[in-house]
Amino acid sequence: MGSTNSTLSKIPNVEELMEETGFTPAHIVRLYDRFEALDKEKTGHLRPQDFGAINRLAMNPIGDRIIGAFFSPGQETVDFHSFVRILAHFRPADKKHPKDPSMPEPVNSRTSKLKFAFQLYDQDKDGKISRAELLQVLRSMLEMQVTEEQLESIADRTIQEADLDNDDAISFEEFRKVPLGRARRLTYQHGPLQHSAPRILSQPHRK
Amino acid sequence: MRTMGGFSQMKLAVNFLTIGLVILSLPCGSYTEIPPKPPGSLTVLPPVKPAGGPQAFPDAENSNLPAFTMDYARIQVPFEVTLWVLLASFAKIGFHVYHKITFWVPESCLLISIGLIVGAIMHSVHEEPPAVLSYNVFFLFMLPPHRTGVWILYAPRDRSSRTWEPVLWFAVVGTLWNSIGIGMSLYAVCQIEAFEVQDINLQENMLFAAIISAVDPVAVLSVFEDVSVNEQLYIVVFGECLFNDAVTVVLYNMFIFVADMPVVEPVDVFLGVARFFVVGLGGMGFGVIFGFVASFTTRFTSNVREIEPLFIFMYSYLAYLVAELFSISSIMAIVTCALTMKYYVEENVSQRSCTTIRHVVKMLGTISETLIFFFLGVVTITTEHEWNWGYIMFTLLLALVWRGLGVLVLTQIINPFRTIPFNFKDQFILGYGGLRGAISFALVFTLPDSIGRKKLFVTTTICMIMFTVFIQGISIRPLIEFINVRRTNRNLETINVEIHSRLIEHTIAGVEDLCGQWSHYYWKDKFLKFNNRILRKIPIRDNRAESSIVALYKKLELQNAMGILDTVSGDINAGSSIVPLHEEKKSSGKPKRKFVAADLMNMHDILSKNMYKIRQRTTAYTTKHSLPNDSRTKEILIRRHTSIRRSLGPGSFNGPNEAKSQKYFSLPPGKSLDSKFPPQRLRHTGNDDDETMSEMDYPSARSRFNQPSRSSSRAMLPLRRLNTLTEVPSSSVVDLVDERSGGRGAWGRGMSRLNSSSSDSRIPAPRRHHDPSNGPDNGSSGDHGSGDNGPEGEQQPLSPTPAWAAEPGDRDDSGTQKPLLRPQWKTRKP
Repeated sequence: MGSTNSTLSKIPNVEELMEETGFTPAHIVRLYDRFEALDKEKTGHLRPQDFGAINRLAMNPIGDRIIGAFFSPGQETVDFHSFVRILAHFRPADKKHPKDPSMPEPVNSRTSKLKFAFQLYDQDKDGKISRAELLQVLRSMLEMQVTEEQLESIADRTIQEADLDNDDAISFEEFRKVPLGRARRLTYQHGPLQHSAPRILSQPHRK
Repeated sequence: MRTMGGFSQMKLAVNFLTIGLVILSLPCGSYTEIPPKPPGSLTVLPPVKPAGGPQAFPDAENSNLPAFTMDYARIQVPFEVTLWVLLASFAKIGFHVYHKITFWVPESCLLISIGLIVGAIMHSVHEEPPAVLSYNVFFLFMLPPHRTGVWILYAPRDRSSRTWEPVLWFAVVGTLWNSIGIGMSLYAVCQIEAFEVQDINLQENMLFAAIISAVDPVAVLSVFEDVSVNEQLYIVVFGECLFNDAVTVVLYNMFIFVADMPVVEPVDVFLGVARFFVVGLGGMGFGVIFGFVASFTTRFTSNVREIEPLFIFMYSYLAYLVAELFSISSIMAIVTCALTMKYYVEENVSQRSCTTIRHVVKMLGTISETLIFFFLGVVTITTEHEWNWGYIMFTLLLALVWRGLGVLVLTQIINPFRTIPFNFKDQFILGYGGLRGAISFALVFTLPDSIGRKKLFVTTTICMIMFTVFIQGISIRPLIEFINVRRTNRNLETINVEIHSRLIEHTIAGVEDLCGQWSHYYWKDKFLKFNNRILRKIPIRDNRAESSIVALYKKLELQNAMGILDTVSGDINAGSSIVPLHEEKKSSGKPKRKFVAADLMNMHDILSKNMYKIRQRTTAYTTKHSLPNDSRTKEILIRRHTSIRRSLGPGSFNGPNEAKSQKYFSLPPGKSLDSKFPPQRLRHTGNDDDETMSEMDYPSARSRFNQPSRSSSRAMLPLRRLNTLTEVPSSSVVDLVDERSGGRGAWGRGMSRLNSSSSDSRIPAPRRHHDPSNGPDNGSSGDHGSGDNGPEGEQQPLSPTPAWAAEPGDRDDSGTQKPLLRPQWKTRKP
């Protein structure tokens, strides 16, 4: 595609980016189009309100957290490269290539996906999901007729279930051990989200 | 005058006779044209005719003014229609009185059973079989609402091309496969002399096969919905159900034509194929045109909101009728019309009209579905049958076999192209879910009499429907449970799994939205661009900057304000939000709770019932019996109203935490909040939470209580505003406020941070929200509203209402009301 090349040439360090994230040129072009569409003021950077302008994302009960995940602390904007890097988490994990121990963990590995999810809880980045953090998530995910009391019970129970070292918080290791197996497969490989963006990204150019 | 009267009396008598035959017949039967009329003429709504009666009556009697007259003939048709619809509706109520019946037995079975009983009664009193199913009545009056109803009732909202590929594949290719396969093999069966059906030729067999290959898995859909099988399966069956009849009707018309021909030439086959495309695509074309015109019309209805729904219905029906006129696929027309309109109209019509449309479509759909199955039962008893064991059994067998084979082969073909292949279980359910229904039934009854073995066909089709609806329909639920088809989300594992997987789903959904709708199709992309640039501007009223969400949000805020006005005087809601606090105090002391099994069950229950569904999936699975409920969306919207503010206002945004705190900056960040929400504060300080924690937790904790739509805190929002404005002289509130704000350092800091963030929204300077010490620097600014223009403006005038003064009283009462307001959770505990 001629347009692919012309778009690619607009992006600096595009090879590096592709290498790093594993996206194909077509993906990058798509993402770049989207990025530009979101970037209404054509600054080359996205601000949170650009994300917030997506209606459906505004409907997402944890939309704020998702948006927040794109912004490293203290930064108000995200450029295309970081944008793509974050999205690379959502590429399906490569099963075909056996793990190369010498290489760093790919960003779309199962672990780093989980890590991403974990960070959505762990907003203070202390490596633990505290009771308060959990409660906060629960509050945003549960309907309003659930009483605070009930929420707290659920949070307590959740922590009790997962907490192996009795520190009243869920560490990443503990989070990992939650038998999400089926659920994780469900979300990442099939089920209602089967045509999710990451999948679609991976779809047309499968080799 | 005399003769005139005599004439009209005669006319009346004829009328009376014909209609009398249909006494206690079916509503739609009454709609039918009177037999002598040439078929095809469009006699809708006969009431016009008997209208001549009343004038004639006194004249014919030639008597004095009667003191009492009864003119049944005049009202008969609508009267009976009403009665039948009522009867069917009562039956529906009956089924749902005891829920277990409909759980195990699909509703269609029950309706057919009742129809059978009614049919038996009619038969025993030698009532004529109703002429319900003339082609015209069924296709002009019952089918459109039924099909659009199906669309609305069961439609999964997530329509993206990827999910719909297999649908078209199965619906079109699958139906063709079935009808050709069954037709051919039935023809082979007919050659067996023992069955004495050698007289059925190939064309007739093909015609019959086309009729019975129309899969109508409405019953399966409701089972799927209940057990929540995976969505892909659901969509395939749904789409099959929808497009199938279009395909079948085309095939039917084609074969009817072919069946009359003595010799079938190759040209005819070619023409048949061409016609197939003309019919299908033509239907879609008409649908799109009418949908577009309708959308364009609604552009001008802003002043006549009350007739908006009418436009929608009339245009849809018009699309249907015009498609019928050209005998192209009218079902395709009405469905595409509805889709096109949905795309544009929703932005034009008012929210209320939208709801009305949805309700009416739902109502019509349900009623026509009910009636169709009901009549099926009645007609089964009242028609003449021709029973032929061999033919019927072979048809059943062949239909099953070909369906099974079809699913296997088609999935084999399509699987390599899919990310998630259909596995064996899916295939099995897909094959087994091939119930036959309304379409087959209607088509077979409208067979021309020139077909020699029409009665046999009718009997076989009814057997087929009965077999599939009863045997397969009833057994499919246990079977699904047995082989445990991949469910969407029903398995109860640990609470952790439940919460985390939902979070992950939300995340994926969010990222998906963030990346936008991706399609692989060049043309689709082009079209979308074209649509956005040009097409949309025609039908949609004005390209206002604000999104539909903003509009909805404004409406919601207004609604909330109204609601508060209604409830503020002496309602207990205000008090109830306080209750958790008291319980909290008690519970915060003990370090760990013990959870009993019952609690665990409760939690699972709460989680599964109350977790927000992914995106619009809430409405996706609106069941037949519950109307769409967008309260969840409303809740989320209200919770997240800042994100809208953010998009409207020039304020900057500093990350998720910031977002949380900013979210509420429109609410007065004054101390009054404190008095409202002691529970959180007490809990956190009681737990010895560190600074970060309360920082983290505070805003969203407050958000929870801010939610006007949460019943327990309904009146919160403006009440607080009032406090800031210090229009409440009540000492109790103020005292509380002072005490609280003075007492706790952490709280104070939280507050100031809040202030700071709000003021910060105008200051582009970078700041770190993780650093709480940064807060007090700019914390003095209370000018929180400056960043917004839209919703804030609407809110403002509402706030200073004297009615809020009632609030302190409520608060005082809260203590005494507490026992009443204990959360359910508590009471369930042993």
